[in-house]
Amino acid sequence: MIWRTFLVVLAASVLAQLFVAAHPSFALEALFAWNALYGFLACAALILAARALALLLKRPDDYYDDD
Amino acid sequence: MISHPGLVLIAAAVLMAPLRGWPRAAVALLGSASSVFLSFQAGDGVHLTIEYLGMQLAPFAVDKLSRLFAIIFALMALGGALFALNQPRRLELPAAFLYAGAAIGATLAGDLVTLFVFWELMAVGSTLVLWSASTPRAGAASMRYLMVHLFGGMLLFAGVAGHVLESGSTAFTAMGIASLPEKLILAAFLVNAAAWPLSAWLPDAYPEASWSGMVFLSAFTTKTAVYALLRGFPGVELLVYAGLAMVFYGIIYALLENDMRRILAYSIVNQVGFMVTGIGIGSEMALNGAAAHAFTHILYKALLLMSAGSVLLVTGRRKCTDLGGLYRSMPFTTACGIVGALAISSFPLTSGFVSKSMISQAAADGHLPVVWMLLAAASAGVFLHAGIKFPWFVFFQKDSGLRPPEPPWNMRAAMALLAALCIGLGIFYEPLYRLLPYAGDYVPYTGWHVVAQLQLLLFSGLAFFVMLGWLRRTLTVTLDFDWFYRVLFPALFLAAGRVLAAALGAGGAAGARLGAMLESAVRRLHGPGGAFARTWRTGSMALGVMAMLLAFLLTYYLR
Repeated sequence: MIWRTFLVVLAASVLAQLFVAAHPSFALEALFAWNALYGFLACAALILAARALALLLKRPDDYYDDD
Repeated sequence: MISHPGLVLIAAAVLMAPLRGWPRAAVALLGSASSVFLSFQAGDGVHLTIEYLGMQLAPFAVDKLSRLFAIIFALMALGGALFALNQPRRLELPAAFLYAGAAIGATLAGDLVTLFVFWELMAVGSTLVLWSASTPRAGAASMRYLMVHLFGGMLLFAGVAGHVLESGSTAFTAMGIASLPEKLILAAFLVNAAAWPLSAWLPDAYPEASWSGMVFLSAFTTKTAVYALLRGFPGVELLVYAGLAMVFYGIIYALLENDMRRILAYSIVNQVGFMVTGIGIGSEMALNGAAAHAFTHILYKALLLMSAGSVLLVTGRRKCTDLGGLYRSMPFTTACGIVGALAISSFPLTSGFVSKSMISQAAADGHLPVVWMLLAAASAGVFLHAGIKFPWFVFFQKDSGLRPPEPPWNMRAAMALLAALCIGLGIFYEPLYRLLPYAGDYVPYTGWHVVAQLQLLLFSGLAFFVMLGWLRRTLTVTLDFDWFYRVLFPALFLAAGRVLAAALGAGGAAGARLGAMLESAVRRLHGPGGAFARTWRTGSMALGVMAMLLAFLLTYYLR
């Protein structure tokens, strides 16, 4: 139910683009649903980057406890 | 003098220190409220000049930029005091007022010498706020924090001294980064702004403060640095890169973090990164955007930390893995946390939207497509780590079984006040825009802006829930730059000691005797009961001082 509502809101935000006067800052932004796609991909990339960093730098959370 | 809003706070700090209960609350609330009033009232111009050691000082100089920061710092002292009224620790609130007053003093400093004095006073006040949490972890963290800030203060002192010598003027105005003193001053500002890589002090220290202490800590140090960068180094290109590094550092570390207030600490670095980027872009709109973002950020970050502080107070837990499902018994705190989360994510109709969009617009107007794209990606990332992750893991997620009550009335009132400001400034933004340093005609609410931002944020939300499995909380910390001074340097120090001992051993009997002599000398002087470690009677101290003064007098005459 929550998922379905969320998907409707997502779709609405994309379709709303058709009803407002466009003044994109750069040519890319003029593409249809650019911001939706970019937001999703940027977050996916950030999560992947965080996971990659975690492989190197994660430690148990009592790591510093003896200092 | 009497109308200096920072000195009023410092006076209130001194006055409230011996008080308890209602008198103390009255001093705190009246003192901070009059500081807010005086900040609004302060007229442009230099209100006080002092001649000191042949230098012209202007400790009370006001223009639009300094007034804006004085107002928000005073407001934050008021909101924080209301929130902290039921804090039983006696040192924390006076220390916080000293800290806030020093921050206002730094913003109203018309010269570099006054700036330095208040800069150091801020370090003292904030260390005391942290230290007053009186846990072993807070004690250790406050010492590390103090070391970093004394280092920053040293850079500032050297820079200011050099700059005054070179230019012959103490005035604090826009500088370049050509000369060494200017570089040192910039470095000192960047240390306090928590610029990467020296950013680790912030998430290391702030989350160890008490439930109310971190609310104060989040507001002043980094934003005073933003103010100082705005005045001293507008349009310095290096700041664009420094700011973008901070933005992404904050997001990635916050995504990996399990402690709810450390998530918010990393997100301070992230938000200050937006401001620093704006300062680096340097156009009037970018500088307005950076200043406005500092103003709105202080309010919504304090609101977020108040909701987290409330959770900490009523549950005694700070890790996301121990929390969850609190919305059932804490609906008010949850709602306030969500308002703060929406504001930090720059949702339309919140304060974050009317300030952050100005920085992006300035990047677009300045034909900086890469900066603009990175800022947009970072906006999406803010929603990911602070906008959804924080409220989701603390208030929703699994049911932790905890059913804590809402916090006391004063904490709820403080949260209600800030939540109202976060939404109020998002709708009625003109009063804020009028306070900004430059006149402008920026219009935040166009259909296109709103739809673009909603798409960006909502699809970030989709990414969060689609990839939730990858964001599962674990009982881990992520190594940061503080590893160098918490682990590597102490280890190197110990190793050097062992090497030295081995070398002395290899040097044969003479070496061993020398080592033993050194050690016994150190023991005799600094060990328990040693001359430098004893407590001395006041009488013998006075005698010693008198002997020294006499000796001084003698050498003075014999010279």
